[in-house]
Order: sequence, then C-alpha cells, then structure tokens
Amino acid sequence: MTATDVTIEPGSESTGDEPVLVVEDLQVEFRTREGVAKAVNGVSYTVDAGETLAVLGESGCGKSVTAQAIMGILDTPPGFVTGGSVRFKGTDLLKLPDKERRTYRGESIAMIFQDALSALNPVYSVGRQIAEMFRVHRGMSKKDGMAKAVELMELVRIPAAKQRVNDYPHQFSGGMRQRIMIAMSIALDPEVLIADEPTTALDVTVQAQVMELLADLQRERNMALILITHDLGVVADVADTIAVMYAGRIVEQAPVYDIYHRPAHPYTKGLLQSIPRVDAKGAELYAIKGLPPNLIRVPPGCSFNPRCAYAQDVCRADPPPALERLSGTRAVACHFHEEVLHGSRQ
Amino acid sequence: MALGSDVVLSVQDLVKHYPLTKGVVFKKHVGEVKAVDGVSFELHRGETLGIVGESGCGKSTLAKVLTVLERPTSGHAQLHGEDLFAAKGKGLKALRRQIQIVFQDPYTSLNPRMTVGDIVGEPFQIHPEVAPKGDRVQRVKDLLDVVGLNPEHINRYPHQFSGGQRQRIGIARGLALKPSVIVCDEPVSALDVSVQAQVINLLGSLQDEFDLSYIFIAHDLSVVRHISDRVGVMYLGKIVEFGNDEQIYERPAHPYTQALLSAVPVADPLGREDRHRIVLTGDPPSPVNPPSGCRFRTRCWKAADLCAQQEPALVPRPGVEHPAACHFAEPEKVIVAPEESLPS
Repeated sequence: MTATDVTIEPGSESTGDEPVLVVEDLQVEFRTREGVAKAVNGVSYTVDAGETLAVLGESGCGKSVTAQAIMGILDTPPGFVTGGSVRFKGTDLLKLPDKERRTYRGESIAMIFQDALSALNPVYSVGRQIAEMFRVHRGMSKKDGMAKAVELMELVRIPAAKQRVNDYPHQFSGGMRQRIMIAMSIALDPEVLIADEPTTALDVTVQAQVMELLADLQRERNMALILITHDLGVVADVADTIAVMYAGRIVEQAPVYDIYHRPAHPYTKGLLQSIPRVDAKGAELYAIKGLPPNLIRVPPGCSFNPRCAYAQDVCRADPPPALERLSGTRAVACHFHEEVLHGSRQ
Repeated sequence: MALGSDVVLSVQDLVKHYPLTKGVVFKKHVGEVKAVDGVSFELHRGETLGIVGESGCGKSTLAKVLTVLERPTSGHAQLHGEDLFAAKGKGLKALRRQIQIVFQDPYTSLNPRMTVGDIVGEPFQIHPEVAPKGDRVQRVKDLLDVVGLNPEHINRYPHQFSGGQRQRIGIARGLALKPSVIVCDEPVSALDVSVQAQVINLLGSLQDEFDLSYIFIAHDLSVVRHISDRVGVMYLGKIVEFGNDEQIYERPAHPYTQALLSAVPVADPLGREDRHRIVLTGDPPSPVNPPSGCRFRTRCWKAADLCAQQEPALVPRPGVEHPAACHFAEPEKVIVAPEESLPS
C-alpha cells in the first residue's frame, strides 16, 4: 500500500469536482555526493478554494521542498521530481513543458517566501518589482504597471503607498517587506497561494498584522491557502486542515481540532506536549528524544521509530506504516494510532 | 528555582548609545542610536530574569553591556558588590569569569576551525587558574557529559553536530568557568520545536545543579514564562513593565505588554473565533529619535496629551502592584498559553 491510497476530500461540500489543487504521491529526491536524499516521499494533499491547509513540520521534513515542487522552482540539480502529480484544476503541472508551466506561476499558483529581504531584488524599486508581474503576464505598459503597484500596496495596507512606490526593499521594515511580497503574490489574483513560513522572521506584533492581512485577502478572494510553518500557534489560529510532515512523509492529516485535541500520531502528540504550559510552569518540559533523521539514511520502517515511545518491532520493519484513513476527514501513518488516540502511553 | 535573597547582580540606570556619524574622513556626529536608555534591575542568586521585547528594543545590547563586551555610555552595575564597569585589567578579567554568555545562533557563534574540545576548553586558556593544564581534557569531557553530549566527540568539529547539539556546546563553554550568572541571548529561537524543549530542560537542570542565575533574553513569551521567576518587558531601550510571571502574564498593566501578549498565537484552536486580539498599527519608532514623553504613545490606543509631555516612571500605580511605566496603567487579563485541554 502506498500513500496514494488515501486522498482526503476537504470539507463537506463535495461538488463532484476535484479540489483546486491536488498533489498526489509526490516524490522528490536530492542527489548529493553523500547519496540520495528522499526529501519528499509520497506526499498527497488537496486544497480547495477558500480552504487553509497548514503543512506543519520541523526543518528538513520536506515541507518547503513540496511547495517548491508544486511551484516548479526546485533547484535541479540537485533536486529532482521523480514521481507523482500536481494537478491544478485537472491539469498535471508536472507534465507541462516549461514554457506552458510558466503561465501558471503567479497567475494560478503564487508563493510567499520566508525571508522577504532576500526574496526581493535589492537593486530595483519595490514598485517596479510589483509592476513586473503586470508587464510580463499582462503586457501592460510601465506606467500602468506602476499605477497597479500603488493600488496593490494600498491593498496590503502600506502607509503612503504613492510616495513609497519608488523606494527600495532595504528602506522598508521587515513587516512592510513581507507586505510587499504579499502584494506581488496576489497581483495576478491567483487561486492558490503558498505561504512558506511567512511570519517566522517577524516579531509577534507584526506577525499578528501580517496574518490578519493574509486572512482578509484569502476571505475576499476565496483563495486556497497552503501555509507552511513550524509554529504551532500560528497554525491553531488559521488552519482548517493540518498535514503533519516528518522525514519526507505526511504522518498525520486531520482537521485542526482533531490535531490539537485528539492527535493520533506519536510525533504530533509529542510536538503538542513540548509546548510550555501555564499549569506546569518550571516543571520539566516533555521533550521528544533524539533528532530528526538524516534523509540520506532514514531508519528502516517508520522513520520516527528511534524517537518514539510507542515503538515496537513492527515499527522497525519495512514497509513503513501507510497513511491509513481513520474517518472521512483524517488519516494517520502509525501502527499504534489507536493507543495514541486513547492515551495509553507506554 | 527558588528566589534567593542575596543579590548577585545589580544594575542602575544603564545607558548605551551608539554614535551615528556621517562622512568618511571627517566623521561628523549626527545623532545617537539610543539602544539601551536607562535600565535598572537586581538579579538574585538562583533566579531567572526574563527580558522580552521586539527586535530592536535593545535586549541584545543589554546582554553585550552586561558581559562587558561593550562599554556602557553611563550607568553602574555591581557583580557580587564589585563595580563591573570601573574594573580594568586583572580585576575585569576576574569579574568576567563570573558572568558568561550563550549566544542565539549556534551556527555562527562557534569557530568552524576549532574542535569541540578546543571551543569548550578555550576559557581555561584565558583563565588557567580554573583548571590546571593536565586536567583540562578531563574537565572538557565532564562538561560535555553535563550538557548531554558524548564526551568521545571531543575531537569533532561544529559542523558535525545538529543545531540543538551546537547550542549544547555553547552552553558547555558558558559553564566552563563556573560562572554565577549566565546571560542567555535567545538561546532556543534558532532551534526546532522538538529540540527547544530539550535545551530548555537542560538550562533548568543546570540552574539547579550549579545554583546559576540566568538573564534569559527571548522574544518567545511562552518560553520566557516557563523558565522565568521575574520578567521585564522592554520597549525602545527602556523597561516598561516589571513583575513576576503571574503579574506580567495574568495581570499585565502596560498597554504594550497587553498588546504583545495578545499578539502571541495560542496553540489551541478552541475558541479562536472569539479571541480578542490587540493589533498594533505600524512598527516601533526609530531608537534614534524616540517619541517625546512615553515612547509607546505613537502606537498606543490610550495615548493622551499627558503622554507626549511627561515620561511615565516605572513605578507601581494605584490598582497595580508591580511597576509599570504608563500613566494609565490598568491590569487586564489577556490569554497567553494553552490551558489544560491539550493532551498531556
């Protein structure tokens, strides 16, 4: 059984149509000198218009690589998509020639990056960079493009947008730069927006502003949002569905309330338990022992088994547990999900 | 983490301004970045003092000045009763042994060309009286063991370790000279969630074992609450509110503290629709030209004329038992950390 056997339909409104974006059994590997790292190993998820899917995981779990593969901006080499499909409204983007695929980028699926300072070009004014979207994709003149840029900067609530449109990225604060990134990404009215750690580099007060802006834009435009993050707080605030990733695989996928209140995978549960809590102040925090595996040498069986409190012999034997459906909306890849769900900790 | 009565470190009115200059040859003085502008506190034995605030509020400058990596513009500090900033030469060297620092970024704070043994053992070269030469390798191995690293890895290089392990190396180096105070400047913010908990636990157990006092600087409010006995909230170079964790987190009185706490996302989706959030407008003003009077007034919803004219002092006010630098201080509960509904 592979991970493809389970594709979870989002929400209740099943219109018979496919969701806007369907990722199925995606495989990405990095060919390095030390060996082949399977960064993404059979990831499947779907996201529908107006829905927020959060992809949660630690660094190196493959959550950003999945996004890069969807966008088609993976560095090749060393990264190669070796299998699976990414269907946008029925069209498999991975099968398209480069030239055609370009038309989807920004237009249908857009992306926001973590570090706005390095994602923006330092030698062009922000207005010119936003206007470029319209000039390249819509064939607008420079003047019209700039007018559009001012409009967008106002939309993302940059004060005195008209005066600042000719400023350069370094003249803006971190929060403002992230707003400019958002302005660029929504310029062409994409149907899917991928936000890769959009607020990780920001202070909490600014993070609150940016998340509020994203939520408003999503509501107004009925966009599908894929939020990639490691922050359990941000996810709890905005997500509808959560996919938890570990070592290149989705280990649990469920609606937000289930993940936080009834986790079925030991890794999800461990992450939640390691949050400092008011009622246990000063006490020792629960810590998942050990480290995430090196993707070149993933342990046999379930890749979480060396760190897992539930691990038995069956977990150390291949094949790893498949993503098994628990109900219409949730799935988990663990031999002992019943025990995890019902709290009999070993 | 019991509150001892004896004061280890006492700081009065600490100020650190960086000059702003213009021109290449004839540097003209054009202003000052007021990074730290009048900070006072006392640190007790075995206590953890948390310092929270947004980036640019001066918390890292405070760490540098306290470890005498930077000289303050004015102000005083006594470590075990001795004047920290008046000390020079041998006297300063001896004082520095008592106050060590753990840096934020475990990737850039370790020299990539030195082995772990050299990194952790380097303090002994500077302070040879702590460990005689023949004893050093054993001492380094002991330190690695204390912080949960394999002593056999003494000859490895930093790149052979993960982020969490590197932070343990940094902590071992900080512990080497048996200091009484360790300044932790964002020690866990570069680490993954599952590794963060390990390092926080390590810091907690080391504190009990060696009777350490921590100054714990971080922007993650829930981590600070977990580890701190008292918390100071900084804004633009000043402490705006000071109290024990209950006072700061359950009854914050300064509008900035309230806004900061309410901005922290709660790791629990339950009731997220009804959550009341104070969203501040704009960014913090520049520390070169801080606003007159109260520095927070440009982003504050309570601001009145009085705030522009008169700077509020950091004192307890009617209805507020702990010091808060606001003319209109008023305790108000804002939710912060998950309640008992999550799995435990």
